[in-house]
Amino acid sequence: MNEITRIRPSRRAVLAGAGAFVLGFHVAPKGALGQATAPAATPEINAWVVIHPDDRVVLRMARTEMGQGTRTGLCQMIAEELHCDWSKIETQYVTPGQSLARNRAWGNFLTAGSQGIRQSQDYVRRGGAAARIMLVQAAAAQWGVAVGECAAKDSVITHSPTGRTLRYGQVAAAASRLTPPDPVPLKDPREWTVIGQSRPRLDTAAKTTGAQIYGSDLKMPGMLVAVPKRCPVFGGRVRSFDAARVSGMPGVRHVLQVGDSAVTVVADTFWQAKVALDALPVAWDLGENARVQQSTIDAMLDEGLTAAEAFVGNSNGDARAAIAAAPRKVEATYSYPFQNHAPMEPMNATVVWTAQRCDVWCPTQNGEAALVATAQAAGLPQTQCDVHRVDLGGGFGRRTTHDWLIDAVLTAKQIPGVPIKTMWTREEDMTHGRYHPVTKAKMTAGVDSNGAITGLHMRISGQSILSYVFPTALQQGRDPVQFQGLNASGAESAIGYTFPNLLVDHAMRNTHVPPHFWRGVNHNQNAIYLECFLDEVAHATNQDPLALRRRLMGNHPKHLATLNAVAERIGWGSAPPAGRFRGIAQQMGFGSYVAAAAEVSVSDAGVLRIHRIVAATDSGVAVNPRQIEMQVEGSFVYGLSALLYGECTVKDGAIEQTNFDTYNVLRMDEMPQVETIVMPSGGFWGGVGEPTIMVAAPAVLNAIFAATGKRIRSVPLKNQDLRRA
Amino acid sequence: MAKLNVNGRVVEVAVDPDTPLLWAIRDHVGLTGTKYGCGVAACGACTVHVDGQPIRSCAMPVSAFSETQRIVTIEGLSPDGSHPIQVAWRALDVPQCGFCQSGMIMAAAALLAEKPRPTDDDIDQAMTNICRCGTYNRVRAGIHAAVRGGTTG
Repeated sequence: MNEITRIRPSRRAVLAGAGAFVLGFHVAPKGALGQATAPAATPEINAWVVIHPDDRVVLRMARTEMGQGTRTGLCQMIAEELHCDWSKIETQYVTPGQSLARNRAWGNFLTAGSQGIRQSQDYVRRGGAAARIMLVQAAAAQWGVAVGECAAKDSVITHSPTGRTLRYGQVAAAASRLTPPDPVPLKDPREWTVIGQSRPRLDTAAKTTGAQIYGSDLKMPGMLVAVPKRCPVFGGRVRSFDAARVSGMPGVRHVLQVGDSAVTVVADTFWQAKVALDALPVAWDLGENARVQQSTIDAMLDEGLTAAEAFVGNSNGDARAAIAAAPRKVEATYSYPFQNHAPMEPMNATVVWTAQRCDVWCPTQNGEAALVATAQAAGLPQTQCDVHRVDLGGGFGRRTTHDWLIDAVLTAKQIPGVPIKTMWTREEDMTHGRYHPVTKAKMTAGVDSNGAITGLHMRISGQSILSYVFPTALQQGRDPVQFQGLNASGAESAIGYTFPNLLVDHAMRNTHVPPHFWRGVNHNQNAIYLECFLDEVAHATNQDPLALRRRLMGNHPKHLATLNAVAERIGWGSAPPAGRFRGIAQQMGFGSYVAAAAEVSVSDAGVLRIHRIVAATDSGVAVNPRQIEMQVEGSFVYGLSALLYGECTVKDGAIEQTNFDTYNVLRMDEMPQVETIVMPSGGFWGGVGEPTIMVAAPAVLNAIFAATGKRIRSVPLKNQDLRRA
Repeated sequence: MAKLNVNGRVVEVAVDPDTPLLWAIRDHVGLTGTKYGCGVAACGACTVHVDGQPIRSCAMPVSAFSETQRIVTIEGLSPDGSHPIQVAWRALDVPQCGFCQSGMIMAAAALLAEKPRPTDDDIDQAMTNICRCGTYNRVRAGIHAAVRGGTTG
């Protein structure tokens, strides 16, 4: 019996639970747990596909579902090749421990960078195809007929000459004993009948009844709840705390230090722990970062805008010389703030630690990285730890890093054998996030007498994500991720314009505030900088912003196609409805081409109304067009929340915003109508979870300029007066 | 000790009277469909009905309630997920991560009970819940679909 089938009953107990359920969990050596819970034979055809005798098809997932629909998309790709009955599909998370024990049979677990589908598509489709071939082979062998006379459809194998049939469940055990085919052929995309269809999501029903279980809902026998508080200033430490003051409060079991920088109260319930935590006197050693103010950071970024040294991201010709020689120069400086991911579910993890073993249950975007973090914090080898995933209550990049998990393990380690659920308050989540990096950009263009851009210099100054989270990926100090959407070429994020002379460079200026990948990542600001500045050049030279772009896009037909699509749909070139004004933007990112056209009005009092947005996406292949529409709509909520409100500021080294009352987000009444154009051009696999975010803000900012004559170069808009100039 | 009438059942919960209703529901009644999102009544993930009115349970202590007040949570909205809002939500695939959706559904169901044919302005006024995945447009479409019984046809 393999690892998967052993762990399965407890997983099912979690997913089946509703209301006051208890997780079927035992603190016991691995073997004992396996024997206690081993189900009847559940033939594994291969790593991806398990078929039960009753025809239930269990498809295994290494990537994580966090709302983006990857569960349904992955199933569509396997089912396309497996020819299984869609109504019989269930899914199951494999654990990183299981994958480790099988030489990483499930590949990469990372669910970020809009890559859940596109980076898995080849091997999961082959997993489905291999399983189908083996099932058909097993049926043919049972009948004693040639494989070529048999075909599979909807989990039924038919012997064409005689009309005999066998169900997948009837031959699964025999199929599991066959040698896997090699090579595994895949269908021609023209034959697809499942990929490309708007199949309903597999996980909707439980999310409408309260039955869906998230990490924060987990319960285990004897479980206690820990609520932590870290030093308000990043880099600060705990000096002392007076546990005796709260240890007698209702429900309180432990008052602990966690690592160097946090304290936690462990109680019977969250509320008891939180009340005691709020009453706990803690003396912090705030450290030297307590001297940092937002103005300190701003000044550092300003200095980088003109610094002599910078890392080059993209360069052709001699931009500086071309600008110097140009009859006209256009110049502008933009900035982009820190932001919190703010997923709806605050950070949490449930941990059982003993001297022999550590198991965690948590929402993570990267099971393998979570296992590494767990093992390190637990002081145990990875083979004595495992990570059991639950669906995420939002991720957006925050759950690709595991600072919260490490603290949860360090807490449980102090209370051996007792399940400890660490739950952050929203305040902790807001003030101890991993933030969208802060940057500024100085844009300079040389323009000739015909309005053609002869040279463009884009100087970015600010924080590097990789230097904080993955310094070994720096290229001689240079952060390649900084230049998303601005690269000369490539399948991931190439610039959509050709300038005769171009220089994009980055003066790295890091702060003590930890940056991280934040849905859309560096595209978010890079697209504002470039797309709004091109708009500035167009207006400064009396050109139509679309026409100016088209002049630069002759070598970039896919970029241009999405831009043209939104321009046509919104009616660019014809007059908008009275009082409304339009803006446009395009960018390539995460392997996909996207464009947006926005229609806004601004009242005399300066109140912005975003009426309508048209968005086009060319992701090469569109696995589930309805899911893409949902991701595009959602991307505008995330991107426009950032544009309207998203800003974290630093005071005395700490983040000032503590909850949704001070870190507001877009709500229903501000949400525009979104029209999504899904235009897959075929031949490549692009992501869809993030790309649209990058065009949301620049399209609206350009429309605001059209409406008001005001060029907004610093977001969010809550700080700006939009009344006409 | 407090007595609460939750989903038609009177339960005694042994909690400090200052405990927010949300945590009594989650940790003592044992119903986890109602979510903690902010604790300051800003996001609406904790929305439940009290005598038919939507309230944000994270910011109201159990001491404010008596057993005569009918509290309904997402688990009690319908016996089998057949409330028109729930039907519409499934037809339109409204949820993404789903964490805010219990609160969204409870707010939407309360709106429909008060205004059987809500306008877009009514929806804007009533639906102030936060969704970070970005389901607002499908929430709006779902409410309109629910007026027709939940189907999208």
